[in-house]
Amino acid sequence: MPTYFERRQIVTPGDLIAEGDYVAGENTYKENNKIYASRIGLVEYENKKVNVVALRAFYIPRVGDTVIGTVVEIGFNGWMVDISAPYQAILRASNVLSRPFRPQKDDLSQVLDVGDLVVAKIVSYDRTRNPQLSVGEPGLGKVTRGQIMKITPTKIPRVIGRKGSMISMIKQETGCHILLGLNGVILITGKSLEDERLAMMAIRKIEEESHTRGLTDRITQMIREEKGKKGGEK
Amino acid sequence: MSQKNNKLIDKKGLRLDGRKPDELRPIKIEVGILSNADGSAYIEQGKNKILAAIYGPKEVHPKHLALPDRMILRCRYHMAPFSVQERKSPAPSRREIELSKVIREALEPAIFLEYYPRTSIDVFVEVLQADGGTRCASITAAALALADAGIPMKDLVAACAAGKVDDTIVLDLMDTEDKIGKADVPVALMPNLNAITLLQMDGILSLEEFEKAVNLALEGCRKIYAMQKEALKAKYVNVKEVEE
Amino acid sequence: MSSMTTRVKQKQIAQLIAKGKRLDGRTLTEYREINVEQGIIERAEGSARVLLGKTEVMVGTKIEIGQPFSDTPNEGVLTVNAELVPLASPTFEPGPPDENSIELARVVDRGIRESKAIDFEKLCIEPGKKVFVVFIDIYVLNHDGNLIDASALAALAALLNTKMPNYEIEDGEVKIKSGYTPLPIKKYPITVTFAKINDKLVVDPWLEEEQVMEARLSMTISNDGNICAIQKGGSGYFAPKQVLEAAKIAKEKGEEIRKKLNW
Repeated sequence: MPTYFERRQIVTPGDLIAEGDYVAGENTYKENNKIYASRIGLVEYENKKVNVVALRAFYIPRVGDTVIGTVVEIGFNGWMVDISAPYQAILRASNVLSRPFRPQKDDLSQVLDVGDLVVAKIVSYDRTRNPQLSVGEPGLGKVTRGQIMKITPTKIPRVIGRKGSMISMIKQETGCHILLGLNGVILITGKSLEDERLAMMAIRKIEEESHTRGLTDRITQMIREEKGKKGGEK
Repeated sequence: MSQKNNKLIDKKGLRLDGRKPDELRPIKIEVGILSNADGSAYIEQGKNKILAAIYGPKEVHPKHLALPDRMILRCRYHMAPFSVQERKSPAPSRREIELSKVIREALEPAIFLEYYPRTSIDVFVEVLQADGGTRCASITAAALALADAGIPMKDLVAACAAGKVDDTIVLDLMDTEDKIGKADVPVALMPNLNAITLLQMDGILSLEEFEKAVNLALEGCRKIYAMQKEALKAKYVNVKEVEE
Repeated sequence: MSSMTTRVKQKQIAQLIAKGKRLDGRTLTEYREINVEQGIIERAEGSARVLLGKTEVMVGTKIEIGQPFSDTPNEGVLTVNAELVPLASPTFEPGPPDENSIELARVVDRGIRESKAIDFEKLCIEPGKKVFVVFIDIYVLNHDGNLIDASALAALAALLNTKMPNYEIEDGEVKIKSGYTPLPIKKYPITVTFAKINDKLVVDPWLEEEQVMEARLSMTISNDGNICAIQKGGSGYFAPKQVLEAAKIAKEKGEEIRKKLNW
């Protein structure tokens, strides 16, 4: 039962990773008792299970995930929301209004218009039907200010860092409030545009260098240097 | 294909551009070069310059084209008006429509289409400069663009043509060899699965010559596959050392 | 959709093929009954109708005087077009040619052109100025699978039946005279199509087999035994050894059909 790649080695689609009594995990598939990679990524072994941590992937909805989306269509009794996934999500009017929806009286575009951003939770999804969203919890709903950026969704855990170390460091250093949508969309709200830009710069750097060593230290250093520059100019 | 010219290979057995019969043209590949696309790749093979971009998976428009049990792949192969000697009309020709179909069918076997029902992936190929063998180079680039878009794939698809010029079976025909050579056999391969996903031929070959040409083309595909993998990994060049 | 095969039947077809048998009793390398009729449209310069089982294809040829291409000033011109006529199948839609009809026309075109079936130099009237243009129009009348082989066969049958007008040149003007000359035909290319089902190759798939097949492979073989055109279709793949095996079978089948039709 040989394996052909070491842990955390990079593989591309079609690479034969292992042969024999293994189980195909994430981003791999099994054919004729052989495990192949189906995405570019890094090999991980978990007992008998072979995973590839994808370097490139898109967001697939999961129930319970908090996502950030854009309203793209106003329907008869709700909205269609682009959540950067293969499927658009449905947000029902009754969920947003938290009372029965009255088609004759309620003008949905007054509540959420095309182009509006919403933070929402996925409440149902099964691939045969489009995912459904809910905003019925504190912290969810229409976004009124801040900056939006998009990163590869597989990099979100890296932005969070071990036990949230990375994200709390960025929040602390920049003074920004940062909301990570698991679909790779990030909302940053700070006291000034300068602070928001700094946080975005840090996150972009994490995305680009997500799998290198000593990243947290380097990001901290970068933010401090940038802050120093700005201070010097004043 | 006419047989007027018997001067495509010199006395030393070398071709017009100095290549040996089984030699590929210089190839340069870059992955992830278009910021708007979900995945993209650029290839130069000889004087060919080709861009490929992927959009999707996303919901199908118009909606009635969606399939309940799988995603659909759509492909558009298109040549820029300035890509050839005489200006080509930008309207899609019958050749481009056929090539769009065979390129799509060369890529389809590599994609897990059943993973995302009701969605579509759009493959756009633009030939910026053509120098023979554009369909193969397009497949090579499009397969990388798919991988760059994070589409789950069984394998990459590498493509290369072999053919007959004068009386020799040669690899990777350039435009002149394609036009006045005796046969052209474009082949696309999923190398790890040893599966041929595109096979066409025009010209005249005996059964023995055909076998030789197919085997030479497959060898070319495998060489190109190695370059594809390098190009894909090069995008993540800083992913050598991994943090615990 | 009436043309949709049920899943039960699809499974049956695939399972039988795995055992080397087919639902209609044919062997894996056996063609359906082939019926060729020539000269059925009087207004056309040449015509033929081919029945391949229940698949029915009509081809008419027209000959006009036109200009040669600049890179072949001494040769006549060939133009092939295919129409998937809506009356032939519930899946055919009226409208401009789609990718399927374009592919069909181009595969037939390649078989005739690359095998040099027509002696194009004899179609030259005035080098660089005037040549005969041969139009092949493929009309699919009933679709029961393997349109490629039926169309290629009908196109060749129609060419063999095509008459060129006699002419003479007077003061630089082409004058059509009475009487006709047969179109000069040098080669007899036959196209043999395979479907890959359950990892086996079957010759001449009918419609229900096409609905089950993973991929398709068409090979055109000239009467000198050489291959002159190939087209793979469908969203599946072939193993390299299957491709070489197909070439050998195609050669045998091509000879068999030519013999049967006395071509």
